[in-house]
Amino acid sequence: MSENMNLTLKVWRQKNADTKGSFATYKADHVSPDMSFLEMLDVVNEDLIKKGDDPIHFDHDCREGICGACSLHINGRPHGPKHAITTCQLHMRSFKNNETIVIEPWRAEAFPVIRDLAVDRQAFDRIQAAGGFVSVNTGGVPDANNIPIPKVIADEAFNSATCIGCGACVAACKNASAMLFVSAKVSQLALLPQGQPERYRRAQAMVAQMDAEGFGSCTNTGACEAECPKEISITNIARMNRDYFTAKLFKEEEV
Amino acid sequence: MSNFAKTFSSSLGKKLIMAATGLFLCTFLIVHLVGNLQLFKDDAGQAFNAYAYFMTHFVPIKVVSYLLYASIIIHAVYALVLTTGNRKARPVAYAVQAGSQNSPWTSRNMGILGTILLVFIVVHMSNFWWKYHNAELPYAKYEISLDDPTNITVSELPWDATRLVHSDYVDTQAGKQIVVSKDLYKVVAYSFQTWWYVLLYVVSMAALAFHLIHGFRSAFQTIGWDNKKYVPIIRFLGVWIFGVLIPLGFAAMPVYFYFFK
Repeated sequence: MSENMNLTLKVWRQKNADTKGSFATYKADHVSPDMSFLEMLDVVNEDLIKKGDDPIHFDHDCREGICGACSLHINGRPHGPKHAITTCQLHMRSFKNNETIVIEPWRAEAFPVIRDLAVDRQAFDRIQAAGGFVSVNTGGVPDANNIPIPKVIADEAFNSATCIGCGACVAACKNASAMLFVSAKVSQLALLPQGQPERYRRAQAMVAQMDAEGFGSCTNTGACEAECPKEISITNIARMNRDYFTAKLFKEEEV
Repeated sequence: MSNFAKTFSSSLGKKLIMAATGLFLCTFLIVHLVGNLQLFKDDAGQAFNAYAYFMTHFVPIKVVSYLLYASIIIHAVYALVLTTGNRKARPVAYAVQAGSQNSPWTSRNMGILGTILLVFIVVHMSNFWWKYHNAELPYAKYEISLDDPTNITVSELPWDATRLVHSDYVDTQAGKQIVVSKDLYKVVAYSFQTWWYVLLYVVSMAALAFHLIHGFRSAFQTIGWDNKKYVPIIRFLGVWIFGVLIPLGFAAMPVYFYFFK
């Protein structure tokens, strides 16, 4: 096992959405390089609690890279320096001994800070509720595989469906745009036969909700795709744009 | 709100306007470059002046030119509207943001590059477009031998409000074609003798190059055209034609006049 590390953390502390936050500096000594980033924060919090201080609030849940709860903008990048991982999959060996690590919450008007590093991502839920579903009538259970779907299409839809809604795309985007998230949610259904009846209604409703939540617009920088822990492609964005413009300009289908 | 207004006030609609006006301006660049190549012709500016007359007096071209001015204004105004909205979408900035690790420099600096281009367009148009339409420029009289069209003698005629902008007749007795044009070529040749003016042009064309390297392919992504077969072609055109060849062609003009005329 390699040597333990000594680190300096600059952490964003903010009481709630209405107060102004600021950075606080903490020492994290004897950090094992095999710890995950969240375990490192757990240890720092243990110390803070022992001292009677308020621990650092941050979101986490599954700690195996599938839930999308852990956020954290680390040294200027969502989920830290590595490619295609969440913060819980980031290990301290990715940092250098004596390094100063700056930890900030996702920053977006649509993601207000709840406390410290935890942000409210319900805007994503409201976008989903606006159209990210298929309506299924009650009745007998349909036969499995009675609608053939080509493998490439199924794969493409599955790739889009791997989005865990973590918000790293919004955090990475210089415009705080949610286009990658929304387009993945539009695509996973638009690609499949079951999603066709509501395809154009869905694209319009979800884009309208995205705009209403106050996300920025897309400049096609590709930062979202580079930072996405699930490697969702910006091809989804082109697909959503196509559906949206088709609905608005060619099909005369209004929502 | 009508469906039309709703469409174009949405974030996607605004981006569609940016993409459409941007691509229209790209097609204009091709025409502008090809036409202006006549500056390199060694005929004391006869072809260039005839071209300038054609571009400002042929009705279909005039209609398109007003569309062009509108596109420039709409592209700039919508850029401002979108940027303001994007700023509002992130009211508290990051203390550290490592943009260089996840996105190309050009894509993050379209606003700065575009502002340089807007300033350039204002300077460029006030110097050539405005002067050609409004200033009391002298005329160039070209006497072209009918036997040998490369044999051109040129003389200067003073400004005369009653004179046509461009006239062309054949004097069979003298064996000459006489062309008299308002002399925009002289304005060009004179302007590009100033070093800082040449520098402004070269810097602006560098900005154009970087603006189009991102802008051209980005417009297609916005429209939703990302066919796997054609995207490599679009990328190639965006980088090598619009990002390199066209800006180089434009930048060559002031440099040529400064060093070789």
